Amino acid sequence: MKVELRIKRFDPEKDQKPRWADYQVEVEPTDRLLDALHYVKWYQDGSLTFRRSCAHGICGSDCMLINGVNRLACKVLVKDLGRRITVEPMRGYPVVKDLVVDMEKFFAAYRAVKPYLINDEPAGPRERLQSPAERERYDDTTKCILCGACTTSCPSFWANDDYIGPAAIVQAHRFIFDSRDRGAAERLEVLNQREGVWRCRTIFNCTDACPRDIEVTRAIQEVKRAILFQRI
Amino acid sequence: MTERVYAGRPRPGNNFELYSWFFMRISGLLLILLVIGHMVIMHIINNVDVIDYDFVAARWASIGWRAYDWLLLFLALLHGANGVRVVIDDYVRRKGWKVFTVAVLYTFTFILLILGSLVIITFEPIGMGS
Repeated sequence: MKVELRIKRFDPEKDQKPRWADYQVEVEPTDRLLDALHYVKWYQDGSLTFRRSCAHGICGSDCMLINGVNRLACKVLVKDLGRRITVEPMRGYPVVKDLVVDMEKFFAAYRAVKPYLINDEPAGPRERLQSPAERERYDDTTKCILCGACTTSCPSFWANDDYIGPAAIVQAHRFIFDSRDRGAAERLEVLNQREGVWRCRTIFNCTDACPRDIEVTRAIQEVKRAILFQRI
Repeated sequence: MTERVYAGRPRPGNNFELYSWFFMRISGLLLILLVIGHMVIMHIINNVDVIDYDFVAARWASIGWRAYDWLLLFLALLHGANGVRVVIDDYVRRKGWKVFTVAVLYTFTFILLILGSLVIITFEPIGMGS
């Protein structure tokens, strides 16, 4: 099966602004888009630049705008994309080169919500036990792989990149609702700012974009409610 | 470094955005009930052609209906204005423009609220039953 890849490319050393480049690639219908990108890079144009690590939908490196929606290149099959496939970098972060964006601000937001267990109580002789129900409470948000699909699909984030973004809120949710954690108050403090959860307009793009099927908008709403019940 | 963008950002130190969000939910729910009530009374039970000055004067003889209409005015105006504030916050990025548009919005809302309240509170029927 022959497909045409239309890739938005940008070389900061040569290009003033991004340009489109077309590539004809011979693929199997069950190949992933990542395989097609590899084919271009390995056999047609070695300068094509994109991120990927595990290539199996776990590391979250190869999120890009595929046919206009955020997807992991390693998780979509070419047969589901049509004969003419457009590939662009994620929206909202500065493009470093081709499909690679500068995610420094993404991880700054991630660090701001203190994404680690906070509990200063003495550990005791055993593990900190948790019932299955308590574990279930935040199960959905443990699935996040920090690919950036949700944050870079969010119109509120496009409008204002100071917005902490759905991904950081998902990470905060994972700890706020963990029965072993004691840091909820300080995380909610960060998220109660103007650029915290209140920039969310419940557009649901994040939920649509998540390659891990996390109900991102629901998680954000749960955090809003947690702030509400904490303050009132 | 970049963490400071979030960690060291000046904190508003209040819960304004929280209350604004909560107000939108509560006022939205109330508005659904109030607006349906208003529609039923003004457009289903009574036809528009029977609604005239006397009709409104008779209705406003009761303090309850004045309160109803004032609540409708208050909630609809603030709900709408707060929505526009949020839209301005999202889309007007230049500081000067933001201050200007928000000032216009607040002034306009305030004038409408005062005018409407004035009418509802000070209304006195004249020439009833003519």
